[in-house]
Amino acid sequence: MDFLRPADWEEALAAKAEHPSAVPIAGGTDVMVEINFDHRRPEHLLDLSRIGELHEWDADGPDVRLGAAVPYARIIDHLHTELPGLALAAHTVGSPQIRNRGSVGGNLGAASPAGDSHPALLAAGAEVEAQSVRGTRLIPVEEFYTGVKRNALAPDELIRAVHIRKATGPQQFSKVGTRNAMVIAVCAFGIALHPESRTVRTGIGSAAPTPVRAGVAEEFLAAALAEAGCWDSGAPVPPSVAREFAELASGACNPIDDVRGSAAYRRRAVAVMARRTLGWVWEEYRGTQGRGTLCA
Amino acid sequence: MRITRTPAGLTQGSRTKGGIGESTLRPDGTLKVTGEFAYASDLWHEDMLWGFTLRSPHAHARIRSVDVSQALATPGVHAVMTHDDLPAATRYGLEIQDTPVLADGVVRHHGEPVALVAADHPETARRAAAKILVDYEQLPVVTDEESATAPGAPVLHPGRSDHHAGHVPHPNIVHRQPIVRGDAAAAKARTDVIVTGEYEMGMQDQAFLGPESGLAVPADDGGVDLYIATQWLHADLRQIAPVLGLPEEKVRMTLSGVGGAFGGREDLSMQAHACLLALHTGKPVKIVYNRFESFFGHVHRHPAKLRYEHGATRDGKLSYVKARIVLDGGAYASSSPAVVGNAASLSVGPYVVDDVDIEAVALYTNNPPCGAMRGFGAVQACFAYEAQMDKLAAELDLDPVEFRRRNAMSQGAVMPTGQVVDSPAPVAELLRCVKAMPLPPERQWETAGGSPDVRALPGGLSNTTHGEGVVRGVGYAVGIKNVGFSEGFDDYSTARVRLETVAGEPVATVHTAMAEVGQGGVTVHAQIARTELGVARVTIQPADTRVGSAGSTSASRQTYVTGGAVKHACEAVREKVFGLGRERFGSHHPAWATAELLLEGGKVTTDGGEVLASLADVLDGESVEAELEWRHRPTEPFDLRTGQGFGHVQYSFAAHRAVVEVDTELGLVKVVELACAQDVGKALNPLSVTGQIQGGTTQGLGLAVMEEIVVDPATAKVRNPSFTDYLIPTILDTPAIPVDILELADEHAPYGLRGIGEAPTLSSTPAVVAAIRQATGLPLRRVPVRPEHLTGT
Repeated sequence: MDFLRPADWEEALAAKAEHPSAVPIAGGTDVMVEINFDHRRPEHLLDLSRIGELHEWDADGPDVRLGAAVPYARIIDHLHTELPGLALAAHTVGSPQIRNRGSVGGNLGAASPAGDSHPALLAAGAEVEAQSVRGTRLIPVEEFYTGVKRNALAPDELIRAVHIRKATGPQQFSKVGTRNAMVIAVCAFGIALHPESRTVRTGIGSAAPTPVRAGVAEEFLAAALAEAGCWDSGAPVPPSVAREFAELASGACNPIDDVRGSAAYRRRAVAVMARRTLGWVWEEYRGTQGRGTLCA
Repeated sequence: MRITRTPAGLTQGSRTKGGIGESTLRPDGTLKVTGEFAYASDLWHEDMLWGFTLRSPHAHARIRSVDVSQALATPGVHAVMTHDDLPAATRYGLEIQDTPVLADGVVRHHGEPVALVAADHPETARRAAAKILVDYEQLPVVTDEESATAPGAPVLHPGRSDHHAGHVPHPNIVHRQPIVRGDAAAAKARTDVIVTGEYEMGMQDQAFLGPESGLAVPADDGGVDLYIATQWLHADLRQIAPVLGLPEEKVRMTLSGVGGAFGGREDLSMQAHACLLALHTGKPVKIVYNRFESFFGHVHRHPAKLRYEHGATRDGKLSYVKARIVLDGGAYASSSPAVVGNAASLSVGPYVVDDVDIEAVALYTNNPPCGAMRGFGAVQACFAYEAQMDKLAAELDLDPVEFRRRNAMSQGAVMPTGQVVDSPAPVAELLRCVKAMPLPPERQWETAGGSPDVRALPGGLSNTTHGEGVVRGVGYAVGIKNVGFSEGFDDYSTARVRLETVAGEPVATVHTAMAEVGQGGVTVHAQIARTELGVARVTIQPADTRVGSAGSTSASRQTYVTGGAVKHACEAVREKVFGLGRERFGSHHPAWATAELLLEGGKVTTDGGEVLASLADVLDGESVEAELEWRHRPTEPFDLRTGQGFGHVQYSFAAHRAVVEVDTELGLVKVVELACAQDVGKALNPLSVTGQIQGGTTQGLGLAVMEEIVVDPATAKVRNPSFTDYLIPTILDTPAIPVDILELADEHAPYGLRGIGEAPTLSSTPAVVAAIRQATGLPLRRVPVRPEHLTGT
């Protein structure tokens, strides 16, 4: 195995162009586990740790441009206002040591359906900035996941950054694991209210071959809220609407039975998380609006 | 921690600082928490080779052929060994020698060792092992009692000649132990209320943090020096020497740093393998398992299926118990026979019941081998009988603690084995203690700011609930565990103690072969020596085989038995010192002949406190030494038909109260508090005692809600051999564990002490499950309880 250590981003892109099968490594929290378990044995490792700009972010515009290697710990500490859903998800990643090294770029590169950041990215709205010696393109995150541990990157591309919509409304993230900390997701759910467009976006983790949005549930909820005038009145979401939203979210799952949980449990848990997180974000939204009575 | 002391005069404090009864700090504590302690995995020798074990990918297969040529041709490889290369004995075992050193034509479980490689780099060894071509013919697997005893079932160990072979009903049953006392059928006819239940326990792993590791160094005399993390040096030695074809004196063993054990190091893992490679290559060989391999490298806790029938009278008295306990021993016997003996003899729990009809068996299957783990057969039984006690209490409309109290044994009670419990058995008192503790406040997640503290809720930082669906439950359980090796086993320990002056100061040296696996024996031995010899400085020698056996660091026995040996060796040294003193100074003062003499503060004094001589003057440059074997009073085997017999030397009791919050919609559990009360006889080191109780309690919690090695019933292959999917409690899963310690002396034991390490592991699990049952109303017959069980998915 050759270890490539580019000194800057241009060198990294050149190296990736020259060795398209090279596996990029930054924090190493995923790649090193795979190597230690002998699940993969790449010919080349492409070490990105010397490239400073991957650890930086820019929050000036309507998006946060988050460097691919910004560790979760820094997202929690510095970006919880702009990216509350992602910060909540980051809290659930591994242990403090893992959060000091692991990054969203690594999560996207691995594209595991159980990656903790995916539901938050899907809910917030995000684009993956992929670069190669050929140029730069922005891939909408929902098009990024193409299969179990597969993503839309071309062989010569590297993830430079992720552009994530700054929160304009409340966001929440829930993850079920069978331990109260340091646990891989049995399934996870992210939700974000976008009051400016009167839309709701969601993300589901670990309950389908790829992270997915619950599109039908989102459309149902947006329509139900609009029809009842809830966005303006700030009235509570009717329980029947919340229940239907939860069922539709559950319906967006395509889970499997595995050693971590049954498919039936995952469907059930996604429904519960969808209903609860909707309640939390809506309560928070109501707190910022006038508190109306139950909308019809 | 609160300590209730016995009024009896048996327990004694020490007038020497750092003696028994004090919470002296462990000598290795700081090194361990700062990462400087050298564990067996840190062993290193110049020019050493790295050993690697090729393991079977199948649970049951015939080996048609093994081709090692490509592996041997790999640059850097020094040796490849298979069964054909073994120089002497090819099988070993703790009790039954049924375990192949390397597979001999058949593999009987997933992960069974097939071949060994030694190379100059661990990665080279691993890659070379991957080039060994093994042609397997897969065979049908047996995975439970039904498939193991079905007509035509493959017999896993044909032609058995072990001492259980003659009395078992089927060759795939390792051992069977009935316990029959009184007349359960007649009692049933007179009983008012009957409850039955079927219970199941999954396979728990010891999950010690330091994986199996050791270093074998070949010696000029043709022998080998082995540095090893183990639980019992001399039991290893007894098994390794025949495999190497060496006399025991040519296999010299030294204990290396042990990162936890919990029973998982009682059986050999890489010991014989490293020695074989070292003798074969003439070079030092180190083998260290990674976590994945560790899951295949040691035995686990027996999974169990238990069927119980309890009868009681209307006034809440047990009338009879019938039980059948089926333990899955997996492919090899390990300590299954002793686990059967424990499960059977302790199957009723700490209760008085005259009429019992019990049967316990252990199976041979193609599942991973199972053997010793903290609690050893008593854990499985306790989960079932405590569930039954709650069921009966509900049936009788009695408070579960009150119902237990009415049936609780006390000193003088008769066990189902006919053995009279001849030391304190404060079962009702322990239950009273945990019930009397204040309950933790409700809704602890609520904060002044309004946003919940999710760490106090099921799901924790995963943020799954802010209180929705959360229901509290409270549950109780109590258990009984034997201490020491039972059923007639000659259970002894050896201690060598020397007293001398170094630079004018008296120093005691204690040498035993006791494996310090984290239990704190090294701390306690020094405390005993200080108390008995009245010296401040005590040196604990490294454990090795230059001194006689100290028995196993198992069965809650080390403080009792090796501690007892150290105490008695100190007493012998003390008598020699008094003898020397009388010789040298007897004519100077009549008290040498007439007074009760004491060794205190480096001086010989009378019991009135008069100083007769300094220790330095008495010794006058000489050293005084004593070495002796010390054994607890003998036990006897259980009758093979009735199970009657004085089988256990001592019993140990603990009770728990569990408080849980259950997210009933998601099936997630937060254990809020696990209060424990335990009788320890005498707390030689109260801090260590508390640590043992909290550790055992947490291990029981793990079994209740998360820990299980999942084995595919179709293939008998392990599905989760990693800490990603075999979950153990983190600190966020570990509740507050208030501890109430009783010290009711056992007059048969040194200082009146009681073995403590295991009892808290027993009742923790059923208490947690009882609390979850109370919160949910679900029957919950199986542990670990999974979210699926709580949500019907």
